Amino acid sequence: MSLEEPTPEDGAVEVLPTEGDEIADLLGDLVVDREEHVNAPGFVIRPDTVQETLTRLRDEAGFDHLSCVTAEEREDRYESIYHLTSFDDRQREVSVIVPTAKDDPVSESAEPVFRTADWHEREAYDLIGIDYDDHPDLRRILLPDTWQGHPLSQNYDQDRPQIVTLKEWENPLAEDHREDEGDTMYVNIGPHHPATHGVLHVKTVLDGEQVADVDPDIGYLHRCEEQMCQTKTYRHQIMPYPDRWDYASSGLLNEWAYARAAEDLNDIEVPEYAQIIRTMGAELCRICSHMLAVGTFALDVYGDFTAIFMYAMRDREKTQNILEDLTGQRMMFNYFRLGGVVWDLPEPRDEFFELIRDFLDDLPEAVEEYHDLITSNEILQSRTIDTGVLPPEVAKSYGATGPVARGSGIDYDLRRDDPYGYYDELEWDVITEDGCDNFSRLLVRMREVEESAKIIEQCVDLLEDWPEEERNIQANVPRTLRPDDDKEIYRAVEGAKGELGIYIRADGTEKPGRFKIRSPCFSNLQTLPEMSNGEYIPDMVASLGSLDIVLGEVDR
Amino acid sequence: MSSERDTPFVTDDTQVQTETRDARMTGAGADNRFNSKLREAFGSSPFILTKFDNFMNWVRGSSMFMLQFGIACCSIEMMHTYSVKHDLDRFAAGVPRASPRQADVIIVPGTIVSKFAPRMKRVYDQMPEPKFVVGMGSCTISGGPFQEGYNVIKGAEEVIPVDIHVPGCPPRPEALIYGVAKLQQRIAEGESSPVTVKPYELEQFNDLEQDEIVDKLAEQIDEDDLVMRYNWADSP
Ligand code: SF4
Repeated sequence: MSLEEPTPEDGAVEVLPTEGDEIADLLGDLVVDREEHVNAPGFVIRPDTVQETLTRLRDEAGFDHLSCVTAEEREDRYESIYHLTSFDDRQREVSVIVPTAKDDPVSESAEPVFRTADWHEREAYDLIGIDYDDHPDLRRILLPDTWQGHPLSQNYDQDRPQIVTLKEWENPLAEDHREDEGDTMYVNIGPHHPATHGVLHVKTVLDGEQVADVDPDIGYLHRCEEQMCQTKTYRHQIMPYPDRWDYASSGLLNEWAYARAAEDLNDIEVPEYAQIIRTMGAELCRICSHMLAVGTFALDVYGDFTAIFMYAMRDREKTQNILEDLTGQRMMFNYFRLGGVVWDLPEPRDEFFELIRDFLDDLPEAVEEYHDLITSNEILQSRTIDTGVLPPEVAKSYGATGPVARGSGIDYDLRRDDPYGYYDELEWDVITEDGCDNFSRLLVRMREVEESAKIIEQCVDLLEDWPEEERNIQANVPRTLRPDDDKEIYRAVEGAKGELGIYIRADGTEKPGRFKIRSPCFSNLQTLPEMSNGEYIPDMVASLGSLDIVLGEVDR
Repeated sequence: MSSERDTPFVTDDTQVQTETRDARMTGAGADNRFNSKLREAFGSSPFILTKFDNFMNWVRGSSMFMLQFGIACCSIEMMHTYSVKHDLDRFAAGVPRASPRQADVIIVPGTIVSKFAPRMKRVYDQMPEPKFVVGMGSCTISGGPFQEGYNVIKGAEEVIPVDIHVPGCPPRPEALIYGVAKLQQRIAEGESSPVTVKPYELEQFNDLEQDEIVDKLAEQIDEDDLVMRYNWADSP
């Protein structure tokens, strides 16, 4: 794999409609109006033509990735925005805007076209209050069923107490216990369970030892991240929050997602030196995060606090030490600033570089050790090979990204396909595995650790030789940022778990009008039923581990 | 072995013990292990006289089973506290149990939201008495960075009583260890979980005897329409 832009095969070069006008021609009468977003052309369509429009864009223009669905309430209307892009060429993007009336916000569901729209639309219904026609299962997803009102709609009164009679909580399982027909069994896994990696609740129906149906129930960690960001100012106040989305030490990767979106929104250029520091820090975070994924996966499969978990923790401690030297914090770094980073590398620089080099020198041996303990272990192999199979088409339809998609052979990595930072100047490969099973996903993560190490090494080389007078860590950014009213942007970066995107609509003030987080874990988790239905229950747990979800990011 | 069985071991003859001990303490190749400070302090008497209460408190504090309970970001630091380098086990408090029924201590590591609060209460209720709670992170103190969120419970104390608060976002593993050590100290001194009746709740009954208060409170409860409030914004 090279880092060059993928070029279409020679010969039958089929040019897909990419420019605004070409897409407008394709959609014809369906388009009611046009808008221009910073990242992509936007097309306004009628609420009853959603499926037709999206099908046409998917089948005839190759937009096969529904990256995100943003819903918001404006002064005079509700709006759902479908951000489409393509797995083959990430830089082709289009936004489909579906306005609906204030008094009767009903819009056609996109679920039959893209399976991933299922959860996204449920979230839109839950938080904003838009109804989706044809939706298979429109109910609350993040908030409890008893919640009154839609918290991100405009005249929601947050101080009104939510009163729920205790009866509703008395025994949430009662009715399920009473069912005496049929020979299936209902099991609640979570929300407090060691194998769910946090507070996930998996409602499972078992037929013997096989899984007949699973329904992940999320929202046990819905911390109002979007609301928090909407009430904070662009310049400094939002940056601490991304650290807490995917808290399994992907802090800098998340910060980069916000930094990238906000910098593009405000036309800020980041100095090259700062970009290299960012790249290095972000890859350290990726190693840290993948280590945790590997460690907890072994924990799930082997069942207890074993050596592997401890080894993974040991290596995480090393990266955390480096990151602490760099940023001053072990986990919640708050290191990026719009236009750069907050401070330069720690002095004495030699020592710092040496620390990183020592870590990198030890890494191949450590990885070898993991391979001995994990991937070449027969028990693990028999548990993971050919279990939790996720075919690539299904993965695409669910919008799976990151190691989950790459474990299904989808060659998609934003660092290469939509380059940012310093990645396109460096020498590294995108890892894919074709197995589509739990084992491949594990393997992808372990091999990505090695690729990240390569990137870090090159960054350290560059930083070491960087002339002292050109160490510019921060661009000139005004004290308060006020992007133009109605400027909209959707930008993504490759987080540890996949495509982490952020949609911002500016409203002319120093705070975002709408701030939407597209979390990779949210989409990845949606594939769980596809992977586990019909499998044994321990395989379901293994699949869940191989998805490597972080509930802070799923629920936001 | 079998031949020695014939001569029964005489337990009430302290002579044997004393001799053995003296041999260990002074004999050739004396092993340091047997000359501990504790043993010296006991002198020749093999008994410790203490109150049973004190003894139980000491036992409780010296062997704590923690509940394996992860909520949010803080749980990552909690995992680090359990594993290599920090190793909470050194302080007699590091056996994470997956089931609340086997645990003494619950560390609450993260933000509690409306959907999770009842579940956390349920887990807490399932733990056997005596049980202790360590609140980890700013979120369990006040809601932390998410204090203004519509869905966030403003601190773990709204739901379950908390013995020790460890501030920080997240607290470093060292801080958590300090918190656990403090808890052990409190337990050893015989202080147990406070009951969360807040002063302002007692105010309306301030001239009643304690039993009467309980009766009064019990009277007020109408089981059919017990309600639960999600909005804790106006609790002082
Ligand atoms: S205190 Fe900070 S680190 Fe801990 S759960 Fe809350 S936000 Fe996360």
